[in-house]
Amino acid sequence: MSAKVAIRNLYKIFGPRGAEMVPLVENGMDKATLLDRHGHVLGLRDINVDMAAGEITVIMGLSGSGKSTLIRHLNRLIEPTAGEILIDGQDVMRLGPAELRAMRQKRMSMVFQKFALLPHRTVQQNAEMPLSVQGHDPARTTEDAKRWLARVGLAGNEQQYPAQLSGGMQQRVGIARALTANTDIMLMDEAFSALDPLIRSDMQDLLLELQKELQKTIVFITHDLDEALKLADHLVILKDGAVVQQGEPQGILLAPADPYIEDFVSDINRARVLRVRSIMEPVDRDTFDGDVSPDSNLERLIAQSDGDTNHVYRVVEDGAVLGQVNMQTLVKALVPRVRSTDRTAAR
Amino acid sequence: MAAYESFFDALGLRDWCDADKTDGPMSMAQLLAQTQGGDAGAEGPVLPFPSLDVLHEACHRIGQTRDVTEGLERGFLDIRPELKLVLDPITQPLSWMLDGALWVAEGTPWWIMIPALLLLSYLVSRSKAVTAFVAAVLVFFAVIDHYDVAMQTLAIVFVCTGLSVLFGVPIGIGMSKSNTAQRLIVPILDLLQTLPTFVYLIPLIFLFSVTESKLYGIAIILYAIVPVIRLTDLGIRLVDKDVVEAANAFGMNAWQKLSRVELPLALPNIMAGVNQTIMMSLAMVVIASLVSAPGLGVLVLRGIRNLELGVGIVAGLGIVLLAVILDRVSKAALARVDQQRGH
Ligand SMILES: Nc1ncnc2c1ncn2[C@@H]1O[C@H](COP(=O)(O)OP(=O)(O)OP(=O)(O)O)[C@@H](O)[C@H]1O
Ligand SMILES: [Mg+2]
Repeated sequence: MSAKVAIRNLYKIFGPRGAEMVPLVENGMDKATLLDRHGHVLGLRDINVDMAAGEITVIMGLSGSGKSTLIRHLNRLIEPTAGEILIDGQDVMRLGPAELRAMRQKRMSMVFQKFALLPHRTVQQNAEMPLSVQGHDPARTTEDAKRWLARVGLAGNEQQYPAQLSGGMQQRVGIARALTANTDIMLMDEAFSALDPLIRSDMQDLLLELQKELQKTIVFITHDLDEALKLADHLVILKDGAVVQQGEPQGILLAPADPYIEDFVSDINRARVLRVRSIMEPVDRDTFDGDVSPDSNLERLIAQSDGDTNHVYRVVEDGAVLGQVNMQTLVKALVPRVRSTDRTAAR
Repeated sequence: MAAYESFFDALGLRDWCDADKTDGPMSMAQLLAQTQGGDAGAEGPVLPFPSLDVLHEACHRIGQTRDVTEGLERGFLDIRPELKLVLDPITQPLSWMLDGALWVAEGTPWWIMIPALLLLSYLVSRSKAVTAFVAAVLVFFAVIDHYDVAMQTLAIVFVCTGLSVLFGVPIGIGMSKSNTAQRLIVPILDLLQTLPTFVYLIPLIFLFSVTESKLYGIAIILYAIVPVIRLTDLGIRLVDKDVVEAANAFGMNAWQKLSRVELPLALPNIMAGVNQTIMMSLAMVVIASLVSAPGLGVLVLRGIRNLELGVGIVAGLGIVLLAVILDRVSKAALARVDQQRGH
């Protein structure tokens, strides 16, 4: 699959002479030293990520790891210091001002952590904004906006002002606005971080539902691992402006590449997140205690087995046998492979 | 004094100093000393500060202080014809506008004017209470026979405030977009705001004839335009960065950003500036009556000149009443804008 969005050797160094600092960083100078000796802030270091069409790519990292900086490079709200950003194979850096505006209007939309709605416009007018900026025919614009507002559950709220809505509803407006733009790519910077947990979970479900229907290329930023695992087709983990690991989320969970990620993944409920597909083995027997779907999570399988670790299940999808799951393998997968020991001591 | 004379001698400048010695006009200090019967040279302090006048004593080639003010005056008078050539045509429309507004204010019968003003107050404020208050004040003016002068003052305030907004908002926008522009303009605004109001009038009197309306129009606008510029600049700079970022992310161009995001979000601040501008032009309109601006100010002036206590006080209170209705109406408009956003 060719990448819809490809980031190649991207560097961002904040400061007046950022470009001169690139070689230093290439030679391994770290963020603290760069700030100390040269007064420049290392934003991003040698980022290479491919984002496939129709998938949700989640970028995760702690505060200050450069997530917002990275996502703002995709539509050039921030100019890179070095490197390339290819959208459908086209280098974003080569676009002139008018082309760049056209790209932002037609190919990428964005959802913001603090919603960033226009406070003096109604919900309806906010949702119309992307199309009215392009000067589309008002009748069609109105109709599109209305349809998307209804789709995100805001039918009937069209004439209200953003300040009259709850946070969750405001972010629904933000999502409707991005959908009205009708772009292939959607950028979401901590879109659900400002919402409380229940609303947040609702919004994640809404996003997954919309995604099943629309298959957009979504870049989603979060600092929450549960959210990342729920949404991600492809997970990118950032630390101090560099990618520490990326790949399929289940793979990262089962084989974390470094202690930073181990710490990240050690606290989550693995039984709920891990899926049968990730731990199944080739079939080596004829009799099974039952059939399971490869997308079923381990929690459900444990319930199905009544806790009996001697059971072995057959993994079946659409009538085809994919493999088997041994309950003993399952139990081992539930324990983080290595747990950094000094972590508890450090707290 | 001798100290400075020997100083010039020591430098060998005596010949140069005395070259074309003519007795220049006496300085103020000398004149005073003479009238008091003393000798200026002998009784002064041993080492006076080497001011221009003192140095002039020692060396006549050095100018007196009065030469500086005189030079300034002469310089101004020298460029006056050119300045007039440029400024006269540019500012002529202001005279027309003021004269036109005054003609309308005086010529329109009260039974058209008062309902029209009430309708305007209602449209701007959307408040029945405020409109009723305006009606009461206008009727009060009419009852005490101050209706005509009040209308004249109002006409001048309308024209000057309108022009201040027309020029002030774009200047404020320019300032908010460029830090350099801001650095250059802020000192000018400070100057306009702190310069004693009478000082505006001096150069203007030299430039234009006192019979022209634009003379006081310019003085009022220069004074009143400051807050609307400052608050436009501030308002745009305070617009939520996230919303501006969203505007960029959806591909707005500069004009769309300004008209759809920045100006509407800055509007409460801009309107606060307009309110201030109205108040300041009203304050200046009184002083402007010194240079033939008609209206309530003329009566205040009469009160002062002829010691007609009652006339002065009634006119002064009339100005306060005008200020209050203008303030209420513009504040009500501001509150309406805020409320509309569901705050
Ligand atoms: N304009 C800027 N000038 C200087 N440094 C900056 C600038 N913007 C970001 N940085 C620095 O770049 C680093 C990454 O910032 P970024 O906002 O991308 O982090 P983040 O991962 O989005 O964090 P958060 O979760 O808090 O939003 C930080 O160290 C920050 O201080
Ligand atoms: Mg961020």
